[in-house]
Amino acid sequence: MFPIPIQKRPLINRISYKILVPVSLFVWLIPLIGIMLTSIRGLGDITAGNYWGIPSEFLLFSNIKDVFQNTPMLSYIINSFKITIPTVIGAVAISCMTGFALASYKFKANLFIFFTFIAGNFVPFQILMIPVRDLTFQMGLYDTVTGLVLFHVAFQTGFCTLFMRNFIKALPNELFEAARIDGTSEFNIFLKIVVPLTRPAIAALSVLIFTFIWNDFFWATVLIQGQHAMPITAGLKSLNGQWVTVYHLLSAGSIIAAVPPVIMFFLMQKHFIAGLTLGASKG
Amino acid sequence: MGWFSTTPFLNVPDSTQITYRKSSWWKLNQQRLTPWIFLFPGLLLFLVYVIWPIFNSLYISLLQWDGLSPAIYVGLSNYIELLDDEYFYISLMNNLKWLILFMLAVPIGLGLAIFLNQTIFGIRLIKSLFFFPFVISQVVIGIIFSWFYNPRGVIGPFLDKLGLSNYAILADENFATYGIIFAGIYPQIAYCMILYLTGLNNLNTDQIEAGRMDGAKGFSLFKNIILPQLKPATFLAIVVTVIGSLRSFDMVAIMTQGGPYGSTNVLAYYMFETALSEYGYRMGYGSAIAAVLFTIMMFYILFFIYRMYQSEKKGL
Repeated sequence: MFPIPIQKRPLINRISYKILVPVSLFVWLIPLIGIMLTSIRGLGDITAGNYWGIPSEFLLFSNIKDVFQNTPMLSYIINSFKITIPTVIGAVAISCMTGFALASYKFKANLFIFFTFIAGNFVPFQILMIPVRDLTFQMGLYDTVTGLVLFHVAFQTGFCTLFMRNFIKALPNELFEAARIDGTSEFNIFLKIVVPLTRPAIAALSVLIFTFIWNDFFWATVLIQGQHAMPITAGLKSLNGQWVTVYHLLSAGSIIAAVPPVIMFFLMQKHFIAGLTLGASKG
Repeated sequence: MGWFSTTPFLNVPDSTQITYRKSSWWKLNQQRLTPWIFLFPGLLLFLVYVIWPIFNSLYISLLQWDGLSPAIYVGLSNYIELLDDEYFYISLMNNLKWLILFMLAVPIGLGLAIFLNQTIFGIRLIKSLFFFPFVISQVVIGIIFSWFYNPRGVIGPFLDKLGLSNYAILADENFATYGIIFAGIYPQIAYCMILYLTGLNNLNTDQIEAGRMDGAKGFSLFKNIILPQLKPATFLAIVVTVIGSLRSFDMVAIMTQGGPYGSTNVLAYYMFETALSEYGYRMGYGSAIAAVLFTIMMFYILFFIYRMYQSEKKGL
């Protein structure tokens, strides 16, 4: 174990460690604590400049109500779900297939296709922006949820394929061979053997993609214009412009935007971290 | 239909023969065709939405085009114009600042991971709270920090004490970029930390113990035994941090929109501004900026692919 477990250190170290950890956590989270404090304040505190003192009123719920009543926040959230959930399903389903194809069949173009997926995944968004926007226009999908979802699915397929392919590659190949000898068709191998075994990878990918897409701002700006399809990130940005001085409402809005991915993270923490750190522990 | 009912036997072997032939063709080629069937939807989408647009953008960068009227082919003149564009150089320099300063996230993340790699009560929750900033949207982080930096906002009282009343870092041409980078690095540190925590978790204990027996401790133990074992984590941390630094669009868009006077522009945002904002619809010029960004990234991608190729060859 590295570093040496604190339990094996002198008492003084143990005590100072136990003090230092919460203190550093507090310092680390100051920006988030600040926004939470602000979201429960009233306008009075904000104009009086009371940002760090005890809030003079507890108005979290009324601020949240305010946000929902006076802004299209609710429709932004619904749009975010409408964009995020189909993308997760689409990208994960497609990459199960591509991952399986690249992991368990030998053919000439295999590595080339695999590396194309990886390379595409790293490309800066700006090099795709104009053609993708044009294409979406031409398909009549500009400013629609569908248009945005289609692009997200396509782009995320790169990362998901990398992930799935490596996961399936690590499964014992004898499993597939035995099934083939038994006369199982390739499609049944996929459905009955691969899909059930990749469940942990599917879970990890789903939470990751959920967070990525929920937090996407760039493509929402490029492919969406109107409120009717705008997700919460782009919505917050437009509120940010209108509400320069009403920080308590902006804070409440930001917290609303952060809740779904945070819940997702806490519920699926193990999978989330497994997904993010894929490759961090082996060569 | 008459012959069908009177001579049923003729029909039966015939049809079985056909299905037999069909299945044997399929059986023979199943292994060869299945991967392509499985690849089809993903590959099609990826080609249409990712691969083709790259080449299309490179072509558009040779045009003069506002997105509506017919495009005019202008050769390399967009690139030549870039050479004299002050804002392009400012953006490029800012990208460099982002890249260099972002790299700090790697050692800071490592430090935090070592600090937190203990088993005390509640450490799991503490680790996840440290990781928190990464889960939250950059838009939210950007909003938090702009409000943080506002001189009449959160840090106002502290600035007053430092004798810097009403100092707004985001309005200061010389320092605004650093203000944004500081906000951007915050979630990135969390990401690097989690990568290193996983790495530390999977260290080879025997080697460490052997090292300790040989009298290695403190920094020499860390440098000679721990760090080499953390190489995969370091590699991944550097990869994601470089990509993160080049994808600085969100933060800039939220916090300054490139201002004041273009001083916080980065290539990613400048490209967007030229091609798709009230500043004009110069698709060709925007694509040329994107092409530069893409070229920088491509070196990096090729390096990554090369490394993966090496490890694939080893694996096969």
